[in-house]
Amino acid sequence: MANVTLQAASTVKPPLAPQAQLVIRNFNFYYGGFHALKNINMDIYKGRVTAFIGPSGCGKSTLLRTLNRMYSLYPEQRAEGELLLDGKNLLDSDLDLNDLRARIGMVFQKPTPFPMSIYDNIAFGVRLHEKMSRGQMDERVEWALQRAALWNEVKDKLNQSGMSLSGGQQQRLCIARGIAVKPEILLLDEPTSALDPISTLRIEELIHDLKKDFTIVIVTHNMQQAARVSDYTAYMYLGEVVEFDLTDTLFIKPKKKETEDYITGRFG
Amino acid sequence: MELHKKRKLINNIALALSLAAMSFGLFWLAWILITILQLGIAGLSVAVFTQMTPPPGSAGGLANAIFGSFVMVGLATLIGTPVGILAGVYLAEYGRSTVLGHVTRFINDILLSAPSIVIGLFVYAAVVVPMGKFSGFAGVLALALLVMPVVIRTTENMLRLVPDSLREAAAALGAPKWVMILQVTVRASQAGIITGVLLAVARIAGETAPLMFTALSNQFWSTALTEPMANLPMTIFRFAMSPFKDWQELAWAGVLLITMGVLILNIAARTLFKQKITS
Repeated sequence: MANVTLQAASTVKPPLAPQAQLVIRNFNFYYGGFHALKNINMDIYKGRVTAFIGPSGCGKSTLLRTLNRMYSLYPEQRAEGELLLDGKNLLDSDLDLNDLRARIGMVFQKPTPFPMSIYDNIAFGVRLHEKMSRGQMDERVEWALQRAALWNEVKDKLNQSGMSLSGGQQQRLCIARGIAVKPEILLLDEPTSALDPISTLRIEELIHDLKKDFTIVIVTHNMQQAARVSDYTAYMYLGEVVEFDLTDTLFIKPKKKETEDYITGRFG
Repeated sequence: MELHKKRKLINNIALALSLAAMSFGLFWLAWILITILQLGIAGLSVAVFTQMTPPPGSAGGLANAIFGSFVMVGLATLIGTPVGILAGVYLAEYGRSTVLGHVTRFINDILLSAPSIVIGLFVYAAVVVPMGKFSGFAGVLALALLVMPVVIRTTENMLRLVPDSLREAAAALGAPKWVMILQVTVRASQAGIITGVLLAVARIAGETAPLMFTALSNQFWSTALTEPMANLPMTIFRFAMSPFKDWQELAWAGVLLITMGVLILNIAARTLFKQKITS
């Protein structure tokens, strides 16, 4: 009897424990003399959607932009601490930034199609990192546009300028461009704040679908959006992570008073 | 209602003043164009394009001057454009807030506003005097020095209009900076940069002062850049000042040709720019 129950217990698998893909430790960030992020410690889990929420200026976009070293474009900005991807500190000075950005893709607040055809918009990033035949490239472009739920709308006009699309389509084009490189992590910086509600809904559906293949980190000023799309949520305020937890826990039973005040709309 | 009336009145006054200012400017422009057309068309004939500049009293044309102008303006553009575009790219993409960038921008602004006669005299001292003679080459150099600052300025301005979000988007895909510049920012500002080049060409097409001390002029057909070279502005200058009626008529024909050339370049520049904006 005892044996049987033991066996039965061991075959029941607990839900897969999330695996940390990006580990943030003792992380500080400065805009010149301004201390913008203070001692951040957080794990970004593989195959999950993590949302950063908080009032304007709390540092959520800043934190996101450090994860692919975007800030390195600006000499007056600097970071300290550890940002570990597979055990490698992304802040190391010998890191190949272009390699890193192939592994961690990013989509911005405003759609940023390049001044070239829809096809070339997608192929641009792929060509930077992989050599492939025209046929393979065609397949990759179609795959990326399919995954971004844009293929049916643009398949007959791949040679038209990417700028000719509507705002929502442009943003999905940018997502397609980001995933075409096949990154491990996708960073989304308020990807729907410039879009209408219907386009927003489509992008949120897309995020659900994409997390099967990519780890996603999303910054949003929209709490409902964070609740809808994310598995984990970090509430940030004045450059600090006030609370980081499972989204359900954070929204239903926040541990901190500040978090509760913010999500119930009493503050922010 | 009172307020509405008052606003309408002020609006009408402002509109009237603007219209008056506009018509004042247009009036002179129209007069200039009509005069050039009237006097220029009289002197225009096939001979203008096929025959050499004549001695006073005999028949002739402007063929050598037209050719010389084409060669010198063309070569000056070929030299000045690449230098100007590369320098403009440096200023907009690399040297935005570096000391070298600030110094270059300041010097370029001085060059841009320097009277063209100063450039002419500089090339005279630097090239013509050591060579011991006037030459088409010196003329090309003087004109190239006039093209450069215009192209540098427009290239930088046009690249600065490209939003940084586009630069970040390219970088976020792992694009090295040179790829980002060539394939994204320069491409996005292509039409503006070409417009700048065309406007620079239009500017040097009519410049007389810098050629006076460099290419001088030539009464005969000459394709050698090491010799003095005929050109439209200098020919117009000499012929228009002369007492001979047939020379004066040729001068007007030359003025008409330059004006038409510049007009066509301007229209080309504008349509190019417009196409880019609508696409």
